[in-house]
Amino acid sequence: MALRSLATRKTLTQGLNSVKLTQSRALQTFSLPDLPYDYGALEPAISGEIMELHHQKHHQTYITNYNKALEQLHEAILKGDSSTVVKLQSAIKFNGGGHINHSIFWKNLAPIREGGGEPPKGSLGWAIDTSFGSFESLIQKISAEGAALQGSGWVWLGVDKELKKLVIETTANQDPLVTKGPNLVPLLGIDVWEHAYYLQYKNVRPDYLKNIWKVINWQYASEVYEKECP
Amino acid sequence: MAAAASMTATSLTLALLPPQGLRGSTRSLPSTKPQRWFSRKAGSNWVTAKFELKPPPYPMNALEPHMSQETFTYHWGKHHRAYVDNLNKQIVGTELEGLSLEEIIIVSYNKGDILPAFNNAAQAWNHEFFWESMKPGGGGKPSGDLLDLIERDFGSFERFIEEFKSAAATQFGSGWAWLAYKANRLNVDNAVNPWPSEKDKKLVVVKSPNAVNPLIWDYFPLLTIDVWEHAYYLDFQNRRPDYISIFMEKLVSWEAVSARLEKAKAQVAEREMEEERRKKEEEEEDDEDVEMYVDSNTDDSEAE
Repeated sequence: MALRSLATRKTLTQGLNSVKLTQSRALQTFSLPDLPYDYGALEPAISGEIMELHHQKHHQTYITNYNKALEQLHEAILKGDSSTVVKLQSAIKFNGGGHINHSIFWKNLAPIREGGGEPPKGSLGWAIDTSFGSFESLIQKISAEGAALQGSGWVWLGVDKELKKLVIETTANQDPLVTKGPNLVPLLGIDVWEHAYYLQYKNVRPDYLKNIWKVINWQYASEVYEKECP
Repeated sequence: MAAAASMTATSLTLALLPPQGLRGSTRSLPSTKPQRWFSRKAGSNWVTAKFELKPPPYPMNALEPHMSQETFTYHWGKHHRAYVDNLNKQIVGTELEGLSLEEIIIVSYNKGDILPAFNNAAQAWNHEFFWESMKPGGGGKPSGDLLDLIERDFGSFERFIEEFKSAAATQFGSGWAWLAYKANRLNVDNAVNPWPSEKDKKLVVVKSPNAVNPLIWDYFPLLTIDVWEHAYYLDFQNRRPDYISIFMEKLVSWEAVSARLEKAKAQVAEREMEEERRKKEEEEEDDEDVEMYVDSNTDDSEAE
């Protein structure tokens, strides 16, 4: 959803022509997506307090700052102010990335009673066994990579849509998976920023990475995979 | 004895750093006293010499209510401890064992292509420096030399506060913000400024990601704030700007910052005298060469 909106903006600015742009001046802004479950629905794996702060405060702040940066970018493009256009890139990458990543993350989670933690079936299940030996060894590998990540960032299971191949990657801060390769599509992203677990797990990130598997929505990951690799 | 130890250290650095990095990096250890690692090595049981988790210079609840005892208990007792413990495990039996913490930081930073020990070494150093940047009843305004330099280099104390707060607030992700003293070096990693002047020595505000600290740019750190989320999440949750304001208003130990500035200036003066002495020696050698050259040149011209 967020990605599609970005693509729309891109085509808009690509046909850059000052008259056209002035006419289509209504700049699209982004707003906080609803969670498909209650804040407390992932307990005890992730506390309601964490979910509420994470969604209402952190994700909202990325969206607010992303909208601000887009507006400044829009003005700078209209003015032909190239140095501002370039200067805004880091804020767009960070805040836009924060919006993209969190939007995926919420869909990657599900309460246990709604299928959270149930291993993937069908073609994704087969692909995992082929690429990583077993579902358990995939989980072990992602957890290890997430625990080893220095500072803030994300650990991903993605699919290379050209090579039709599963990959595990980490990205720093709010860099989205696509920064690691233009053909990479995220199936599952786990937030390993301290704000994702600190109130509950404190310094013990590995425990968070052990428990989060109980509420992973493999159904969503499977749907994305099947769309990219029919 | 000391000479032998020095040789060992030099060849170690040579082995780990690209050749062009050697000169810059051996000269860019502002607070390293070589004696520290000599004595470590010369000590009767140097094998067990380890970095220790130094307690903060005040009790765990002394910064309440601005920084809670709970935050402190985790931050010092778990995070800082893990960096020190992991570093000790990591360097056992390697070439890094026996070096000072500052030396490990510079060597393992490896001109940006960081080696595994860097994160633990730099974080161990950063946290000790952070605890000593605060005190109960801190905040307020500095005085004397420090205030003069702040006003000279930032326009006013208020402007400095704004710049420091902004650096801390805009460090994307985990990291640190710093006030540092920069002496005669260009802002290009470890490159040496070919035309140093007194005006180059100034205070700067910088931010750094994850474990990075200004030692690797050859700056003298004076003040730091930890902006990893673990530093403030239990007390302020997502409100990093509130944490930064409280830190500046209630916690900064300007005495510590002033003392670090004086120490930095003394070290710079010492370093400059050493450089001057080395330059003179080189010039004297050059003079001899020039004389010989002039002699032979004169001979040639007479022959023509």
